[in-house]
Amino acid sequence: MEGKTKKIMLIAAIPIMIWTVIPLLWILATSFKGDEALGDSSKNMFGNFWPKEPTLENYKLIFTGGASDLFNPALRNSIIVCVIATFISVILATFCAYAISRLDFPGKKLILTTALAVSFFPVIAMVTPLFNLWRQIGLFDTLPGLIIPYLSLTLPLSIWTLSAFFQAIPWEMEQAAQVDGATSWQAFRKVIAPLAAPGVFTTAIIAFFTAWNDFVFASNLTSSGASRTVPAALAFFTGASQFTQPTGAIAAAAVVVTIPVVILVLLFQKRIVAGLTSGAVKG
Amino acid sequence: MSTATENAAAAPPKKAVLSDRARGERNLGWKLAGPAFAVMLLVTLYPIVYAVYLSLFNYRLTDPDAREFVFVQNYVTALTDPLFWQAFTTTFIIVVITLIIELVLGMAIAMVMNKIVIPRRTLRTVVLIPYAIVTVVSAFAWLFAAQVDTGFFNHWLHALTFGWFDLEFNWFANQAGSLVIICLSEIWKTTPFMSLLLLAGLAQIDGAMEEAAEVDGATWWQRFYKVVIPNMKAALMVAVLFRCLDAIRIYDNPEVMTGGANNTMSLSMLVATETIDRVEIGMGSALAVILFVIVLIVAAIFVRGFKVDLTGGK
Repeated sequence: MEGKTKKIMLIAAIPIMIWTVIPLLWILATSFKGDEALGDSSKNMFGNFWPKEPTLENYKLIFTGGASDLFNPALRNSIIVCVIATFISVILATFCAYAISRLDFPGKKLILTTALAVSFFPVIAMVTPLFNLWRQIGLFDTLPGLIIPYLSLTLPLSIWTLSAFFQAIPWEMEQAAQVDGATSWQAFRKVIAPLAAPGVFTTAIIAFFTAWNDFVFASNLTSSGASRTVPAALAFFTGASQFTQPTGAIAAAAVVVTIPVVILVLLFQKRIVAGLTSGAVKG
Repeated sequence: MSTATENAAAAPPKKAVLSDRARGERNLGWKLAGPAFAVMLLVTLYPIVYAVYLSLFNYRLTDPDAREFVFVQNYVTALTDPLFWQAFTTTFIIVVITLIIELVLGMAIAMVMNKIVIPRRTLRTVVLIPYAIVTVVSAFAWLFAAQVDTGFFNHWLHALTFGWFDLEFNWFANQAGSLVIICLSEIWKTTPFMSLLLLAGLAQIDGAMEEAAEVDGATWWQRFYKVVIPNMKAALMVAVLFRCLDAIRIYDNPEVMTGGANNTMSLSMLVATETIDRVEIGMGSALAVILFVIVLIVAAIFVRGFKVDLTGGK
């Protein structure tokens, strides 16, 4: 009986994995296709899926070729904006979550409820006032003009996941360390900080994903390469000349923005799952 | 920082009621949590309030001098415009289709992940990947896959149906075809999130209950329906609520794939079009507020109707 279930589960896992992986393989396959292979199915195998003669010309195009002045600044902007937004959110959220899980003060529930309500805001509803305000005070099409709205995506998420993580920490250990002669600061640094660090780190990864993914703010609050991030830039891509479809270049750029997140997922799979589920489902 | 943590560390045991100690803890609590709370209010509540204010004006960015207070006129115009109802219907269709399929698919995946032994780690990692993929990338992948010249969909369908499916079928020529691809991309990207939340719910179920039901002769379906579902109701509701509110705000997929052609414009896209392309700030704001109210209503229905306790009884 047990063996049978095991086998059924194994067989059921295969289509799930195929369903997940095919679009990823597909975008990779497209990025390896030359201009002719993109429109001519006889140059590809497995039903127009994989190119018979894979080429790296699309990657050359985005890094050094015609699309590079669109892609390189966008990649730089994405990294700067997402790292800063993640950093600010995680710092603020760490203090906040520490207070929520450790101290007794009125308004805890208010903060958590507000964080939840904020994450339910339709992002686009904020674009209209920000668009108008940013144009008046000169933040339109600037990096701070993206970092500030990104906080509305990353901060509530960070507060929730970190509160869930911190609530699972056995705080009594800190007192035990103090009884053993450690100062408060030593107890915190040596006992609590190592326990809290994985939660903070996981939250940072999840917050980074969220910012890295944004398209609404990036496409509506920017107008040039000065601040446009990769997801928005992809939608404005052009090919080698204005007459060729940028399909290959977009696919190559898509692979480039995907690689860092896939590596993070592969490395920290277990902790990301814990972070997502503990932040969302409690009781 | 060091004094702050010292105070915090000195605070417990909590019930040793020294009133100024309690007050100190309260002050410290707000000192630590305050900045995050303030930033959160500033970056979201302020724009929302400002949007409500702007929505009461007839205000076009290219003609700021003609700005005029029109009270609820923008709302009346929006709600009587067929364009709004078209976007509303499109959004509604996408929400319903993706939610139903994701719930079934997510539940199936969660149950496999819960029971599977052998490639457990691999499966969980693989399933998680689409969640981390940038939505725009997933939108492009599905767009290219479904296109006649670059795609493989038609070739595979053609082969699988032994030539019955037309190789030249254009998915993006009409609303139904476009919506199928938009929904597929959305489902691919967000099902992992759904199944992870459901997996967390499944993990909380006491296995002994299921076994007892099995011993009593309950069929697989009866066990699923009478034991599993009622015991993970909270997780189920939270998952459906989160996904539903997310789907109502859909923007990236249709924007990238069709740009709103063939009646595939979602509500979010309508707001962006009014604001950014037509610079009708007043009208755009009114539409944004309407979308916001829709989200609030749906959230309220869920939380009230299904008694979801989102703060976990803390």
